[in-house]
Amino acid sequence: MTHEMILAGFGGQGVMVMGQLLTYAGMLEGAHVSWIPSYGPEMRGGTANCSVIISQEPIGSPIVTEATAVVAMNLPSFEKFESSLSSGGILVLNSSLIDRQSKRDDIKTYNVPANEIANSLGDARMANMVALGALNAALGYIVDTSRIMEAFKKIFAKKPGIIASNELAILAGVKHITG
Amino acid sequence: MSETRLMKGNEAIGEAAIVAGCRYYFGYPITPQTELMEYMAKRMPQIEGVFLQAESEIAAINMVYGAAGAGARVMTSSSSPGISLKAEGISYCAGAELPCVIVNIMRGGPGLGSIQPSQADYFQATKGGGHGDYRNIVLAPNSVQEMADLTMLSFDLADTYRNPVMLLGDGALGQMMEPVNLEERPFVPQEKSWAANGLGKRTKPNIINSLYLKPEQLEAHNIHLQNKYQRIIKQECRWEEFSVEDAELIVVSYGITSRIARSAIEMAKRDGLKVGLFRPISLWPFPSERLLTLAKQTRAFLVTELSAGQMIEDVRLATRQIKPVHFYGRMGGMMPSSREIYNQINLIVREKEAVK
Repeated sequence: MTHEMILAGFGGQGVMVMGQLLTYAGMLEGAHVSWIPSYGPEMRGGTANCSVIISQEPIGSPIVTEATAVVAMNLPSFEKFESSLSSGGILVLNSSLIDRQSKRDDIKTYNVPANEIANSLGDARMANMVALGALNAALGYIVDTSRIMEAFKKIFAKKPGIIASNELAILAGVKHITG
Repeated sequence: MSETRLMKGNEAIGEAAIVAGCRYYFGYPITPQTELMEYMAKRMPQIEGVFLQAESEIAAINMVYGAAGAGARVMTSSSSPGISLKAEGISYCAGAELPCVIVNIMRGGPGLGSIQPSQADYFQATKGGGHGDYRNIVLAPNSVQEMADLTMLSFDLADTYRNPVMLLGDGALGQMMEPVNLEERPFVPQEKSWAANGLGKRTKPNIINSLYLKPEQLEAHNIHLQNKYQRIIKQECRWEEFSVEDAELIVVSYGITSRIARSAIEMAKRDGLKVGLFRPISLWPFPSERLLTLAKQTRAFLVTELSAGQMIEDVRLATRQIKPVHFYGRMGGMMPSSREIYNQINLIVREKEAVK
C-alpha cells in the first residue's frame, strides 16, 4: 500500500510540520517515506504545501501529483488540490475556514472544524495537529497514533512543555473521525 | 550516529562531510542550498571545525583553495548562479590539483533564474565551467541517503586523484526529507606530502600554483592532467540499472528526474511494456561503455532531464547513435510528473509498434 498525500494551507498553519511528523512516524514504523515541500518565496500568509509518501515499496518520485489523500487547511488549498485527488481518495477539509464542499462524488470528504477544536483545547495554533489526527484516522491509521507522538517528542525535544496539549489535539482529531 | 534519522538532503550532505573528516567549510548563502550552510554553521563549532561565511562566492572558493593547499578536507556549496561565480576558482583548483568538494544544488536558470529545481548546469559541471582543459569528477545522487554516501565518496575521490569533485544535486533533493543512516567510519587522514603546511623535515618548500609561464612546462602539466583524467575514466564510472536486460526502450536519467522516471517505468511495466532505466551516478566520468553495450541490445533511448537537453549529448556520443535517442525535458524549475514521462514512453513504444 502506498499513501501519497498532499497537505496544504497558508504559511503559518503548520502544514510542513504536520507532514514531517507523519513522515517521521512512518519511518519509525519501518515504512519507506519521503517529504518534500513546495518551497518558494513563501511566508506567513502565503500558500504552503508538502508532499508526503508512506509506502511499503521504495519510493520513486517524491512529488505527489495523483494523491490518495489531501488535507486542505484553507480555501485556496482546497481549490488548488481538489483535482489532484485520485478516484477513491480522501479529502480532509478544515471546515473552520472552508465553507464549500467538493462536487466530486468519487472521493470521500471529512469535514473537520480544526480551528474550533484546537480553540476549545486552548490554542488555535494546534489546528494542524487536529487535522493530522483526523487524517491518520480517516486513512485507517497508516501509522500508530503513538508513533506520531514519538515523532513529536523527537522533533520538539527542546519544547517538552507543548507535548501534552498537542497530544490532546491529535487525539481530538482522531475522535472527530471515529466519533 | 548509526541510528536512522529523517533529514533534508542539504543537511545530510553537511553531516556526511563531517563524518568524512571535513573540518573546513566556506560558503555564501543561496536558495535552495542554504540549509547546508546553516547546518555547517551549527555543527562546525561543535567539533572544533571552521565555518566561515565568506563575503562572496569568489572569496569562498579561494578559501577552499587555501585550505586544500594546506592539506585539509574542505568543502564549499552553492546553487547555480553562485557556482558560476566560483568557476574561476574551480579551474585554479583543477590546475593546482587541489582536492576539494564543491556542492551545486541546482536551480532554474539562466541568469538569476528561479529557486526551483533544475538540471540545467550539466554542461557547466561536466564540461568545464571555468577555463582551460580540466575535468571535475561529478557525482549525481538521487536520494537523501545517496546525498550522504556520495558526499563521503567525494572526499575520498578528491584525495585519491588530487582533483576537485562536484556533488551535483538539485533543489528538490536538497529540500526533501528521507530517512538517512550515517554510519560512523574511522577517518584516517591521508598523508599529503605535496601540501603547503610547513617545511617540516623537507628542505624544499611545497609550492601550490597553477602558473606555468613556459609553454613546454604547461603542456607537460596538461599531459599529466589528461593522463590522470584517463585513469579516472577507467576506474570511476558509476551507474545504476533497472530492468534493462530485455528492455526495448531504456530511459536515461539522473538525479531527481531518475526517480520520476522510475515511477513512470513502473507504470509502463504494469501495462506490459518492456522499459528499463539507466541512471548515471558519475556524470563525469560518464558511463559511456556500458551505454554502448546497452545500445546494441535495446531499440531506443529516452533521455529525460530538467533542461533543454544537455546529458543527451553524452548519451548520443556514447551510443554512437546506433539507436534513436528521444528526449523529454522541462525547464526553468518546472518538474515533469511521472504520468508525463509515462506518456512519452507510450508515444515512443507505439510509434515503434506502428513501424513494425
